[in-house]
Amino acid sequence: MARNETIILDCAGINRALTRITHEILERNKGTSGLVLVGIRTGGDHLARELRERIADIEGVEIPLGTVDITMYRDDLGSRGSLPIGKTDIPFPLDDQKVILVDDVLFTGRTIRAAMDALIDIGRPQSIQLATLVDRGHRELPIRADYVGRNVPTSREESIQVNFDNNCPVEVRLVKP
Amino acid sequence: MSFRHKHILGTEQLSKEDIELILDTADSFKEINSREIKKVPTLRGKTIVNLFYEASTRTRTSFEIAGKRLSADTINMTASTSSVTKGETLEDTARNIEAMKPDILVMRHSASGAPHYLAERIDCSVINAGDGAHEHPSQALLDLLTIRQHKGKLEGLTVAIVGDISHSRVARSDLYAMTKMGMRVRLCGPGTMVPPGIEKLGAEVFTNMDEAIRDADVVMMLRIQLERQGKTLLPSLREYARFYGLNPTRLALARKDAIVMHPGPMNRGVEISSYVADGEQSVILGQVENGVAVRMALLYLVAGGDQSEA
Amino acid sequence: MSILIKGGRVIDPAIGIDDTLDLLINDGKIAKTGKNLDAAGAEVIDAAGKLVTPGLIDIHVHLRDPGYEYKEDIVSGTRAAAAGGFTSVACMPNTNPVNDNKAVTLYIRNKAREEGSVNVFPIGSITKGLKGETLSEMGDLKDAGCIALSDDGKPVVNGEIMRRALEYAKPFGLVLISHAEELSLVGEGVMNDGFVATELGLKGIPWVAEDAATARDVMLAEFTGSRLHVAHVSTKGSVEIVRAAKKRGVKVTCEATPHHFTLTDEAVRGYDTNAKMNPPLRSAEDVAAVRQGLADGTIDVIATDHAPHHIDEKNVEFNVAMNGIVGLETALPLSLRLVAEGVLSLGDMLAKLTCAPARTLGIPRGTLESGAPADVTIIDPERSWTVEAAKLNSKSKNTPFDGWEMKGVAVCTIVGGKVVHQR
Repeated sequence: MARNETIILDCAGINRALTRITHEILERNKGTSGLVLVGIRTGGDHLARELRERIADIEGVEIPLGTVDITMYRDDLGSRGSLPIGKTDIPFPLDDQKVILVDDVLFTGRTIRAAMDALIDIGRPQSIQLATLVDRGHRELPIRADYVGRNVPTSREESIQVNFDNNCPVEVRLVKP
Repeated sequence: MSFRHKHILGTEQLSKEDIELILDTADSFKEINSREIKKVPTLRGKTIVNLFYEASTRTRTSFEIAGKRLSADTINMTASTSSVTKGETLEDTARNIEAMKPDILVMRHSASGAPHYLAERIDCSVINAGDGAHEHPSQALLDLLTIRQHKGKLEGLTVAIVGDISHSRVARSDLYAMTKMGMRVRLCGPGTMVPPGIEKLGAEVFTNMDEAIRDADVVMMLRIQLERQGKTLLPSLREYARFYGLNPTRLALARKDAIVMHPGPMNRGVEISSYVADGEQSVILGQVENGVAVRMALLYLVAGGDQSEA
Repeated sequence: MSILIKGGRVIDPAIGIDDTLDLLINDGKIAKTGKNLDAAGAEVIDAAGKLVTPGLIDIHVHLRDPGYEYKEDIVSGTRAAAAGGFTSVACMPNTNPVNDNKAVTLYIRNKAREEGSVNVFPIGSITKGLKGETLSEMGDLKDAGCIALSDDGKPVVNGEIMRRALEYAKPFGLVLISHAEELSLVGEGVMNDGFVATELGLKGIPWVAEDAATARDVMLAEFTGSRLHVAHVSTKGSVEIVRAAKKRGVKVTCEATPHHFTLTDEAVRGYDTNAKMNPPLRSAEDVAAVRQGLADGTIDVIATDHAPHHIDEKNVEFNVAMNGIVGLETALPLSLRLVAEGVLSLGDMLAKLTCAPARTLGIPRGTLESGAPADVTIIDPERSWTVEAAKLNSKSKNTPFDGWEMKGVAVCTIVGGKVVHQR
């Protein structure tokens, strides 16, 4: 490991965080009724799948799972150019559902803004709640997470890296510049 | 992977990777077209001018819908070309449009090379929506998207393109794009409608339609226009239909799972019989649907493309 | 008034001189050539390392005057000629009004004499108004000073009219210049028919459109026994037709332009309207045949087909752009390339720009013989320069050679003993 990297969460830590978040979601929503999961491509949809499995283990119910690509809703086309556009795949109605929006890292909040716009273009959910594995601060929009795996104080120059193995989260690192 | 073209003047300039990126992007945009609210804010604040010097309801509409679904402001301008050089020139028009500060100019013109002319004289991106008998890149790309959708792949497929190859910009754009994707392209038309040297671009040339479509995976028919192509190229539409029209008997020569395509508008009973056009193997309406997605992809990629590269 | 040109390599293909000599000009005439000449009071021009040749002659120029002075006029056109090393030009009759009558011929000659830099020899039209219907008053045109007849820019479509024109012109000793083009085969073509046209999606002009017309006119010349000169030969077939006709003893000559022996239809790529001309730039095979024709003498003359067009007529879509390019200021270095590339000897190349065109149209010039008019061109064959269209002397800047590196330039042009250009 390079000297300027620190492991914030290892595999066991991630598992514990996800399990806790699962319980919090079920408790807050009083079960799985009307609950749907939507992961933000590409880190968020792996985590959403993990949460779905845990909910199924606990409640015995497979709740609907979708994925949203926010590229079309970015606000920085001019400065970052045309990034490849991934597929949005939400094969169920969102109307009057309680959407758990899942992302791996919450930072400025712009991605979440874009994702919410994307969801609202597709349907009219009853509510949108946000789950994230890491909240690293530095919000630029009035957005907060409902479920957080770990709060990590960072400087703007640092970055958070979520490593996946076979689409399963195995490690979260803090990388210093 | 990023898209490095400022203009889309033809498929000749696109690489295999460019084409794949365009098709993948179009695939992603297709989902929007099936939503209840068919609009995303991607190109909000961008201005697209559709400058059409030739009547073309379908291509213009397709570009217009594509721009609007991406939230761009689209403005349609129709203009007439004049064969004399007096009056407002193409350069004057270019300067006028320039003054409106558009981001993308979509252009259709009867003169081959007209979009290239404008691209050299204007700051914004230029997308060729068909120039003379030269290129029609968005049509070729939507053809590829349609074929990929039905066949699951492009490489190794055999396509027969039948009709007036000489005057067809679709045939040229298809030929460039398809050969790049590893497809075998057969071109077929009467002796008066096959241009010299086209085989050097990688096509197999046929004058017998039965041979051209035998075992083909895709049969693409081109529109024949007697009034435009002049009376010297053909004795009659009746004879054309007999030797170069696609009917069920002839289609049986192609592979059983072959698809039938046509860039439209069709002359039923001339180059294509209604039994084929409306038959199970026809994907003609799918082409139109894919046209919007492909044009959304082109607008998106060009809008955010590297502006330093022409 | 005397000029002594010292120490140059004097080449006069007309009388077979090629030697380092001095050349003395007296009172507008060539006085003599010889070693170590001396002349008290003469203006001395040092020509060491330079070529001293008879003034170059271009028998195919469009001066556009009268009528199209916004493209070119006699003043600017002859200035361009002088800058290119030409001392005489023959100008085509497709002016407005057409040079189909004495008044226009006299206008051109008078204006050229008073305001022009070089000698101008008008070419009258074969048919009135270039319409291909009625013969021009050929005798009158000859009396007024026309040296040949042509409907250049258009073919004489009707075979009988061409036949009668050849028959009628014969006793007047006038050469007919054929613009060989079968219009029904040209159709809406805008460039050479072939692979490049296919790729660019532009309508093609097939070589057979030129060959068929060349064959007709050559055979009419054979039939009538009249003199025919074929303008701007650009195809393999036309070269072959003229070659075979000459072997049969037909009184036919022909010319090729620098662009047709230099460029192929590849130059049209990018839709460059400065590569649009008539006849169009042809295939590599045709260019090779034209070069072969120059080498074996089938093609007698190098002529520019200098065709100035206003920028507004070129800065448009390819298919509506006017045909033609300016050529007077680039012809000499492009011809020198033929020498460098071994196609022609220096003497043969200069012959095609001096005595051969003079002989072809009966212009009493093109030699440095004593007593001849003192039309002399001094050429620096080694000087490199870059073509800058904007700096051409011609009013129009339509050249496909903009930015080309050239070698060889006319450093001094003398017309009738008067220096008209120096660089």
